[in-house]
Amino acid sequence: MTRPLSDNPTARDLHRITVDHSPVDETPVVGSRHGRVDALDLLTGVGKYADDLVLPRMLHCKILRSPHAHARILHIDTSAAESMQGVHAVITGADLPVRYGVIPWTQDEYPLALDKVRYVGDAVAAVAASSEDVARAALARIAVNYEVLPALADPREALARSDVKIHEDNKHGNISKQVTLAFGDVDAALAQAELVIEGDYLFHGSTHGAIEPHCAIGHVDGHGLLTVWSATQVPHYLHRELGRVLDRPSHSIRVIQPPVGGAFGGKSEPFDLEFCVAKLAELTGRPVKCLYTREEVFLAHRGRHPFQMHYKTGFDRDGHILAVDGKSLLDGGAYSSFGLVTTYYSGQLLGSPYTFPAFRFDSTRVYTNKPCCGPKRGHGSVQPRFAIEVQLDKAAVALGLDPIELRRRNFIGENTQTIGGFHVGSSGFLQCLDEVERASGWRQRRGKLPKGRGLGIAGSTYISGTNYCIYPTELPQSAVQICLDRSGRVRVFVGTSEIGQGSNTVVATLAADELGVELEDMRVLAADSDLTPVDLGAYSSRGTLMAGNACLAATRELAAKLREVIASTWDCPAGDVGLAHRKAYRLSDPSVWMPIQEAFILAESKLGTLGAVGSYKTPTANVHGDYRGGTIGASPAYSFTAHVAEVEVDEETGDVTVLQIWCAHDCGLALSPTLVEGQIEGSTYMGAAEALMEHHRVLPSGLRTDGQKRDTGPGVEGLLAASSLLDYRMPTSMDVPELTALIVERPDPRGPRGAKEAGEGPLHSSIPAIANAVYDAVGVRIDDLPIAPEKILAALKRKASPSGEVR
Amino acid sequence: MTAAENRSAARAAQLLHFQLNGEAVAVAAPPHWTLLEVLRYQLNLTGTKQGCDKGDCGACTVRLDGAPVLSCMTLAALVQGRAVETVEGLGVGGEPHPLQRAFAELGAAQCGFCTPGMLMSAAAYLDDLATREAPAVDTGEISAVLGGNLCRCTGYTKIVQAVAVAAGEVIERTQLLAEMSNDDGGMP
Repeated sequence: MTRPLSDNPTARDLHRITVDHSPVDETPVVGSRHGRVDALDLLTGVGKYADDLVLPRMLHCKILRSPHAHARILHIDTSAAESMQGVHAVITGADLPVRYGVIPWTQDEYPLALDKVRYVGDAVAAVAASSEDVARAALARIAVNYEVLPALADPREALARSDVKIHEDNKHGNISKQVTLAFGDVDAALAQAELVIEGDYLFHGSTHGAIEPHCAIGHVDGHGLLTVWSATQVPHYLHRELGRVLDRPSHSIRVIQPPVGGAFGGKSEPFDLEFCVAKLAELTGRPVKCLYTREEVFLAHRGRHPFQMHYKTGFDRDGHILAVDGKSLLDGGAYSSFGLVTTYYSGQLLGSPYTFPAFRFDSTRVYTNKPCCGPKRGHGSVQPRFAIEVQLDKAAVALGLDPIELRRRNFIGENTQTIGGFHVGSSGFLQCLDEVERASGWRQRRGKLPKGRGLGIAGSTYISGTNYCIYPTELPQSAVQICLDRSGRVRVFVGTSEIGQGSNTVVATLAADELGVELEDMRVLAADSDLTPVDLGAYSSRGTLMAGNACLAATRELAAKLREVIASTWDCPAGDVGLAHRKAYRLSDPSVWMPIQEAFILAESKLGTLGAVGSYKTPTANVHGDYRGGTIGASPAYSFTAHVAEVEVDEETGDVTVLQIWCAHDCGLALSPTLVEGQIEGSTYMGAAEALMEHHRVLPSGLRTDGQKRDTGPGVEGLLAASSLLDYRMPTSMDVPELTALIVERPDPRGPRGAKEAGEGPLHSSIPAIANAVYDAVGVRIDDLPIAPEKILAALKRKASPSGEVR
Repeated sequence: MTAAENRSAARAAQLLHFQLNGEAVAVAAPPHWTLLEVLRYQLNLTGTKQGCDKGDCGACTVRLDGAPVLSCMTLAALVQGRAVETVEGLGVGGEPHPLQRAFAELGAAQCGFCTPGMLMSAAAYLDDLATREAPAVDTGEISAVLGGNLCRCTGYTKIVQAVAVAAGEVIERTQLLAEMSNDDGGMP
């Protein structure tokens, strides 16, 4: 029997154990109202983001970028730059001649262009100098001879032109990826359908717009260990690619991810700057920092792919979907990025929340000479979801059905399979529809609003991470190490990337309940490859489910040890020991208790240092389709969302004002409701911005936004229309509609305590809900985004003169 | 002087004296440097963030003689003899400012990168509120005050809520102080 310390004042004082005599509080931390556990560090200006780090003798790196959209590099002369005072090293493609890319099968980028540049902004050379000013001056003295090649800005042109190849060794012209998958007899189902809705949709491109620009620092220590600090959301993939490109064993690289100032998918693969600072640090023996300018952030991009879509959807007379046939052309920009996955996701993520008895998608991603597209919040499915949800709205109008009712009728259900073979566990989609219908006053108000006002509905789903990693592995996708401290504190070492979404808070919340401590007692150390186990990163909304499960595995093991030791003290069964809010207590008699710190000390004195590891492996049996590509997009658990938007359209000016958006999101269980609301609001806002304002547009010719006049002729394609936060119209606090976040909880057995994702799902249906509301308001469809005033005015004119003539 | 000597003389560091978060500082900086550069790179006050370096995002907002300004658009030479406040000076005696507490509790800071600028704009507003005769919490006014600070994470909802909560505290405190001064026959 272990002797308690609480009744021994000397022992208690020696260990400085605080004894709080208030009654045991059994309210769970999970589900309680709290903010980010690490918020105050950032709010007081103490927390250090990448660019806030300064190392002694640190040099500054700037990168020379291509002024041409497509050109062959004939010669680079760096001698003048190298001879400048304050310049310590200059590197070009020849110094890092290894291809990289986040997807192992489609590596087609070099850290610095080797023989060709493929977009305006492609990296060509990098300088390490005593200051940014000197580095910038040195860039001006690097002479590059280019042979300018015809540039392809339009994806259809890129498909058609066999004479211009953006990647010479690509097998299929300028096609980066092509996927066709068909389930059921789509043609027969469409032929039998009572109603076929057919439409063309254009989803313009958009970019992430994180307020923190990309930044990285490289440093090689006396033992030859290369450390790279980077504003990345995938430190593990960065670690892998640094090893490959620099030809270093992975044990000689340490990647540290400081707090990140927003990412949204824009920092989810390695970038030129990380390789450059690493190489320059190796060459100079000094720390090297590179901070992107805002224009460079726009050029690095990896934002939402522009999609040209053609959708055919067949319905019976009651509004049941009979078949969906979608064809998409994806404008990929200069490189692959995650494009292989994007191309699959453009169809594979559509299989719920509605039943598709027959489904075919045919998606082609092409290279163009523009900044590379990649994953942005809601990767790959935001664009087709827009088309699907507008198609449903058109069907509801044609059939005289309420569009919410039409969606209910098509609900796929729970514990079921999509037509593509993905296992869907829990689904609160119907509750989401109910919630937005109720909160928006849909039944009472729709159809009775004043002229120019309208309500629109849309629904969606998203993944909570994917079952298969982007490289084949049997290793866990996430892991944690947890230590109990004799001070009563709990340290969690976790590989997850905190980018503002609250991943540190998620593990802290789960662990606090299991171990009976307060959130303030949790110390979460994240994303340092020397200190924390591997987690694959903050993408595909995988953090809560995967790191959460890993955390539960470790904490439950530790909690069991604690209970055993305490039970032996009290001579009671271990199952009678509760742990909550800094107390261990008897469940059958809460008047018997001890401070949790004392429990930690007792357990440590009996068992030695208290630590446990936990890891999470995704399910692989009966969760995905048994065909090529059938695993891509399959997730352990799916979130569900519904949006209702209320808009006001000014028929004189074509201006659309979104008055309010109600968003109901099924996140399984809200571990931190305040943070979940934040994700719902942030996603919904970002979607609304894409619907109405934002456009990452590349000009076929023209001026750079810095006002520098450029030559006309070949090679002037590929200039950004908006490469500043003034020209790229992100909403301010004055532009956002009222956002109402409604949490729906439908726990999933695969989620930690039932939790599913909340970070990306709630973006999707924001966009079609607004488009559908515009139709409800003024009776015109804008199927090419963004919904700009001139498009509304043109559509209103067409509507007014049914002959189709627009004056 | 030759042109080169002229250039180098024009770039020579100049000594600046100003009040920074209530303390006198003296720092040498080239005259073309912005206040943001001096704060971050000379004084190591990295709480003030650089998001765009061209006055579009508001992340670098600090207070100059009480008014919110974009430090990336303010030449450091202009603050000679004036008072600058940054996020590091917002709390008092290690205690967070009511705005910082409200932002933390209500989830108004997600990634936290725009937050220092947001806080400085809001702090100027709260100080102004405290001087009004009949102050009231007005979320429309709060949105307008924050109109120059871009946030990409939150959709602004929780930020406006947090500023409203802090504004409520300020108003309550102001009214309480006013009542007390009435009771005490004019004693502050």
